[in-house]
Amino acid sequence: MHATVSIINAPQGALLSQRMLNSIPDNLIRRQHFYDLAFRNATRAFAFLVLALLLGILVTLLIGSWPAIKAFGPGFVTSAQWNPVTQKFGALVPIFGTLSTSFIALLIGIPVSFGIAVFLTELSPLWLRRPIGTAIELLAAIPSIIYGMWGLFVFAPIFADHVQPWMIETLGAIWLVGPLFQGAPQGIGILTAGLILAIMVIPFIASVMRDVFELVPAMLKESAYAVGATTWEVVWNVVLPYTKIGVVGGILLGLGRALGETMAVTFVIGNAHRLGTSLFSPGNSIASALANEFTEADGVLYTASLVELGLILFLITFVVLALSKVLLLQLAKREGTRT
Amino acid sequence: MTPAKLYLRRRVINFINLGISMLAVLFGLFWLVWILWTLFSHGLGAFSFSMFTQSTPPPGSEGGLANAIFGSLLMSLLATLIGTPIGILAGTYVAEYGRRGWLGPATRFINDILLSAPSIVIGLFVYAVYVANVKHFSGWAGSFALALIVIPVVLKTTENMLRLVPDTMREAAAALGAPQWIVISFVTLRAARAGIITGILLAVARISGETAPLLFTALNNQFWSVNMDAPMANLPVVIFQFAMSPYPDWETLAWGGALLITLTVLTLNILARVVFAQKSSNS
Repeated sequence: MHATVSIINAPQGALLSQRMLNSIPDNLIRRQHFYDLAFRNATRAFAFLVLALLLGILVTLLIGSWPAIKAFGPGFVTSAQWNPVTQKFGALVPIFGTLSTSFIALLIGIPVSFGIAVFLTELSPLWLRRPIGTAIELLAAIPSIIYGMWGLFVFAPIFADHVQPWMIETLGAIWLVGPLFQGAPQGIGILTAGLILAIMVIPFIASVMRDVFELVPAMLKESAYAVGATTWEVVWNVVLPYTKIGVVGGILLGLGRALGETMAVTFVIGNAHRLGTSLFSPGNSIASALANEFTEADGVLYTASLVELGLILFLITFVVLALSKVLLLQLAKREGTRT
Repeated sequence: MTPAKLYLRRRVINFINLGISMLAVLFGLFWLVWILWTLFSHGLGAFSFSMFTQSTPPPGSEGGLANAIFGSLLMSLLATLIGTPIGILAGTYVAEYGRRGWLGPATRFINDILLSAPSIVIGLFVYAVYVANVKHFSGWAGSFALALIVIPVVLKTTENMLRLVPDTMREAAAALGAPQWIVISFVTLRAARAGIITGILLAVARISGETAPLLFTALNNQFWSVNMDAPMANLPVVIFQFAMSPYPDWETLAWGGALLITLTVLTLNILARVVFAQKSSNS
């Protein structure tokens, strides 16, 4: 070790001449070679560990859910039954809840995130970009249990008293979409969960959109401005087409987050194992079913069914997030070749 | 359409859409302000000396959150101690050795997925691997679950920060005859230190509010306990339990805990930004 330090602290400007090389004892070189190998392999082992972790999660969930897979087969996904007494379990209600709340979240989250990203990259004065960008990112930092509490105690009552009755009167009367907005205004339910998820995914989608918008070469934008395009036309016809892969990647990242969100949804979705036609009716999502029932589940089949729900959730988010990553990598690659 | 009309139309569309974009920003900020305001107005009243000195009470009596605060601190600390070295070493591999070959890119890809994977699934995993085998919930299980959340955050920032270190620095060290492990541990990792600390702070911020992975691992404990091998109280699960309860005292305590967690998380986040901003303005 002392010898090594002296190599690094060699006289300034000294090159490793042959004489100096000869002056390094053989065993020192051998020892350093050994340290090198050890360090390299240690870091590699931990990289492997991360891969093994993913595989471990998959295998564990598969083993844990095996009794349920054996008992219900593929019908598990299409059955809406969830009855611990008769030991009949099906995943349709939670899957529907997870997908529908995430869909509502994206429906609201995408345009808002787009607006925020446009503001941060094209409109905002430079001094305002940092503070506003940080404030939006702080939305992502607030723990999800806080969203849940706020949603249940503050948002839901206001929503039930002031917004839902209005929605029932106006949207509920429209042909075809009407049934979605009917029923008792309870404040909690699928729609409320979707709305709160929307607020939670905005920072994720907006920050990816902002990052990819910044990748657009200034020359492209300036050319468009030079032929007289308005700011909006530059955004819509130059920035968006150039970055559309990345934008989709960002949206999928937000979707991945929304699908797996647990606590916020658990507070406000209502935790009822039934399929309602109305967005106001209480439902259940995969994550909130797990959060509510797992520690109290008794019996092998009940637990295994819950684990299978977890497996389904993991597989869905895995596919969505992997797709998101692939798209963002593609944009980065194109960026690399153009400049 | 005459050119003048067309021009006007384009101006109007531009004006409206950019106006909507500004409204979107206000929309985002609106929720942030509302949520923070709610927390302060409900939670500040619960802040008191006894909140930090007494343990969680049975319904209807006085108490505090001391055991939950302690449990959260202890489990977060252990999770950080377990997860950080793993994340840094794996990140070092990806950035320094993994430039060629399959393992580097594969690890980066999988890590990005783990970064956003549902945390409740991490809880299920630790339950199945650890809790189900030792047959009881414990503080250790909670720490392990949180450590699994720390790893991807630290790995990603370590890798990104090491990539920012210019290759000339590595070459300069190598030219002086330093073996690669010394180049990495005494030159590049040191150069990336501020960024890596930022990553660790963000990881701590992330786990201090995580509830889902603790539900099936640490569970909860109504009493003061320092035994890591037994169920352990922690702020998020206590907040969850108390907020869902019908007792007003519990609900008040839940708001106090919620404010405490949020303040911690936001402070850590802002601290991380400051550390990082200082480092980037120096270089």
